[in-house]
Amino acid sequence: MSVIAPNFKLSGFIKSIIDDVVWFLLIFSLIGFPIIMMVLFYIPMPVINGELLTPFLAFTYLADPTRTLPIVHAFMATDMFKVMAFPGFGFAALLAAGTIFVERKMLAKLQLRVGPFYCGKVEGILQLAGDGLKLISKEIIIPAKADKPIFWAAPVLFVASAAAFVALIPVAPGWVVADVDMGLLGVFAVIGFFPIVTILSAWSANSKFPFIGGIRALFQMVSFEIPLILSLLGVVMVTGTLNLSEIAASQSSFPWIVFLPVGAIVFFITMLAELERIPFDLPEAESEIVAGWLTELSGMMYGLVQLGTYLKLYAFAALFVVLFLGGWNGPMIIPPFPMEIATEGIELGPVTAKIAGLPIFTQEMLNGTLWFVLKTVGVIFFILLPRGVFPRIRVDMLLNLGWTKLIGLAFVNIFIALALVYAGVLGPGGLQ
Amino acid sequence: MTIELPPGLAIQKVDERIMTLNVGPQHPGSGHMRIIVQIDGDYIVACDPDPGYVHRGEEKMAEYRNYITNIPHLERPVIHDSCNVLYPYVLGVEELLGIEVPERAKYVRVICSELNRCIYIMYWLAIYGIFLGHSTMFMWPAGDRELLIDLMEKISGARVTHAHFVPGGVRNDLPANFEEVCLRQVNYFEKRIKEYAAVFYDNPILISRTQDTGVLSREDAIRLGTTGSVLRASGVDYDLRQKEPYDVYEELDVHSPVMTEGDSYARSKIPWLDMLESCKIIKQALEKMPKSGSVRVKLKPNPKGKGLDSVYKRVESGRGSLGCHIVSDGKVEPYRLKLSVGSFRNLIALPYLLKGEKLGNMPSVYWSLNYWPVEADR
Repeated sequence: MSVIAPNFKLSGFIKSIIDDVVWFLLIFSLIGFPIIMMVLFYIPMPVINGELLTPFLAFTYLADPTRTLPIVHAFMATDMFKVMAFPGFGFAALLAAGTIFVERKMLAKLQLRVGPFYCGKVEGILQLAGDGLKLISKEIIIPAKADKPIFWAAPVLFVASAAAFVALIPVAPGWVVADVDMGLLGVFAVIGFFPIVTILSAWSANSKFPFIGGIRALFQMVSFEIPLILSLLGVVMVTGTLNLSEIAASQSSFPWIVFLPVGAIVFFITMLAELERIPFDLPEAESEIVAGWLTELSGMMYGLVQLGTYLKLYAFAALFVVLFLGGWNGPMIIPPFPMEIATEGIELGPVTAKIAGLPIFTQEMLNGTLWFVLKTVGVIFFILLPRGVFPRIRVDMLLNLGWTKLIGLAFVNIFIALALVYAGVLGPGGLQ
Repeated sequence: MTIELPPGLAIQKVDERIMTLNVGPQHPGSGHMRIIVQIDGDYIVACDPDPGYVHRGEEKMAEYRNYITNIPHLERPVIHDSCNVLYPYVLGVEELLGIEVPERAKYVRVICSELNRCIYIMYWLAIYGIFLGHSTMFMWPAGDRELLIDLMEKISGARVTHAHFVPGGVRNDLPANFEEVCLRQVNYFEKRIKEYAAVFYDNPILISRTQDTGVLSREDAIRLGTTGSVLRASGVDYDLRQKEPYDVYEELDVHSPVMTEGDSYARSKIPWLDMLESCKIIKQALEKMPKSGSVRVKLKPNPKGKGLDSVYKRVESGRGSLGCHIVSDGKVEPYRLKLSVGSFRNLIALPYLLKGEKLGNMPSVYWSLNYWPVEADR
C-alpha cells in the first residue's frame, strides 16, 4: 500500500466531496445564515411594484426573464462583453477549439485512421476538454538554471499578444473590440511581439534545444514579417485606409483577392510561416530539436502556448478574410434570420413569459457574422491542409524563399495596386 | 587527478562558437542511440555516433543454448525483419549438420523473407517520414504494413516474431488457400505503395530537402564497407540475392534497384524500389513453388555438429548483407556465434556524411543509412 500516492477511487472521491458539502452546509447554517439575517434586519428594504423586497423575492427575480433580460442587454452593450464574449476572446477561443477538433479529425481521415474517438461518446468531441484537464493537472517543471520570472511570464505574454491580435479583428459591422483608425498598423505591431516573446521564452529556459528553436523562430518570423507587411500594402493603397472595419466595408461589391491575387498568395504563405505550421514548423521540428522552443515548457504553460497558437491561427485567418475575402460581406441568406428574434422577442411556450428581443443584434449583424465565420473556417481549412501533404522545409530554403521570392512577389503586388489606383480602376472615383 | 571521460561527456571547449548537442538517447530523432553533434551555427562540425544502448549479448547467449532453442532469441535484433535475421543462422546450421532442405520449404522461406523485407522497410519508411515532418507518410506505411503482417500471421501464427525458419525447412506448411490470398494482398500492397510516390517521393519539398545532401561517393561507399541500400544508392550493383544466391534465388528473376546519386534521396528511394521488386519476387515464387510436398526435415532432438567445424553464411536482409559465423566443437551448443550486421556497417558512414551538413539534414541523412539500432548493438 503506497502512502505517497494512493490509488484513485471514485467512491473515495465522491465521499470527500460529500464531506466538504456537509461541512459547508453545517457551518453556513450555524454561522452564516444567522449573520445574513441579522444584517438584513437592519437594512431598510425597498418597495418594488407595491411589494416589499424580501430576500425570498430577490431570489425569484433571478429567474424572472422580464427583469433579468434588461440586465443582459445592458451587459451586452458594454465593452466587457465585447472583450470577453462575442468578437473577442470567447468567440475566438470557441473557433480555436473547433479548429483543433477539425484538425485532428481531418488529419486522421487523411491518414487513414480514426483520430479522437472515445472521449465524449460522439467522435471524441470532448477530447480537447480532456487534454485541457490533463494539462491543468500536470506538474509544472522549471529547469534549474532557467531565468524564472521571464520563463514564467513568456507563455502569458504569448497568449496576451494573441488576444491583442484578436481584439483588432472586426467580425460584423460595428462589432470589433478595438476600432482604431490605425488598425492594420496595430496588427503589424502585435505580430512584431511574437518573435520577442518566443526568443524570451527560449533563451530564459537556458537549455540547448529551446535555444536553437528560439533562434530558428526568430529567423523565420523576422524574415517573413517583411513580405507580410509588404503584401498588405497593396490593400492599403487601393482602400486608402488602415482601419480594418473600413477595409472590410469597402469590399461590399467584390473582395480584393479578385484584383490582388499575388498579394493574397504571398500573405497566405507568410501566414503559414508566422504560425509555424507545416511545412514551416522549423522552430518545433521534433526530429531535429525535440520540440524546439517548447521543449522545457510543461503543464499549463505548454497549454497556454498552445491556446495562444490557435488564437493566433484564428486571428491570421480572420485577417486574411477581412483584407482579401470581403470580411462580413455576403448575400443575405435564404431564409433570412427572423427579425422578431432581434427586435420583438419571442414567446416561449404557453406558461413562460414573453421574452423581449435583443435590439443590438440586427439582421445584418447576424448575417455578417455567419459569412465571416464561414469564410474564416474555409481559410483555416486551407491552413490545416498542408500538414497532411508536405514534409518540413529546411532553414536555408525557408530564408531563401522569404528573402528572395516572397519579397519580390510582394513588390509585384504593390505595383499591381499602384497601376490599378493610377489607372482609376480602383481608389477614389474608381469602382467600389 | 583527472578522470578519463568517454567522448561527449567531457567538456570540450574548442571554440566559443561551437556547441555540443547530445542527440539521444532520449530524443525523438535518434532511436536507441546517441549522436554527439558539434554545431557551429547551423552547420555540423563533427559528429560521433554512440551506439550500444540496447546491447543484449545475443552472441554470448547463443553459446549457452542448443541449435534449436537459439532460434527465438536470435530473431530479436530486428523483430520486424525476423525471418531475414534468422536466415543465415538457419542456413549455417543446415550446412553444419548436413541437412538437405525440401524444395517447397525453400520457396516458403523466400516468400517469408521477402514479405518480412517489405514489413521492415515499411516500418523504416514510416520513421523516415516522421523524421522529415511528414506525418501522413508515418501513418500510411504503418497502416499498410498490416496487409503483410496478416499474411505472416497466417503463415506462422505470430505477427512480428515469427520464429518460422528452423534448420531443415520451415516450422509449418502454408495454410490452405494461401496462394490466392497472398497474391491478392500483395497485388493490393503493390498498388498502394505505388501511390506513395505522389505524396512522398515526387514531393518537391522532399526532393529539395534530400537531394545532394549527405552524398556518399561510389569509392567511399566501398571503402567504408557499407552494404545494402546504401551501397546500391551509390551506384554499386551488389545484392547477395544476385551475387551469392542462396536457397532458390537462382531460379528467380531478381533485379535489385541501383541508383548512382548516392545522396539521401537515392538512399531513401532504394528501399521503396526494393519493396516493388520484392512484390515481383513473391509473385514469381508463388508461381514456381511446388504445390505440395514436405516442408521440413525432422531432426533428432539436440542435434550436434560434426567435430570442430565452422561455417559462414550471409543473406541480403532489409538493411544489407547479414552474415552469421557459427563455430561448432561437436557439442549441442555452438562454440561461438557471430552476427555481422548491415546496420553497424552502414553507421560507419554517418560521421563522414554529416560533416559540413546543416543540422536540419541530420535526421534525413541518419535514417537514410537504413540503420537499426537494436541490430547494430545485438
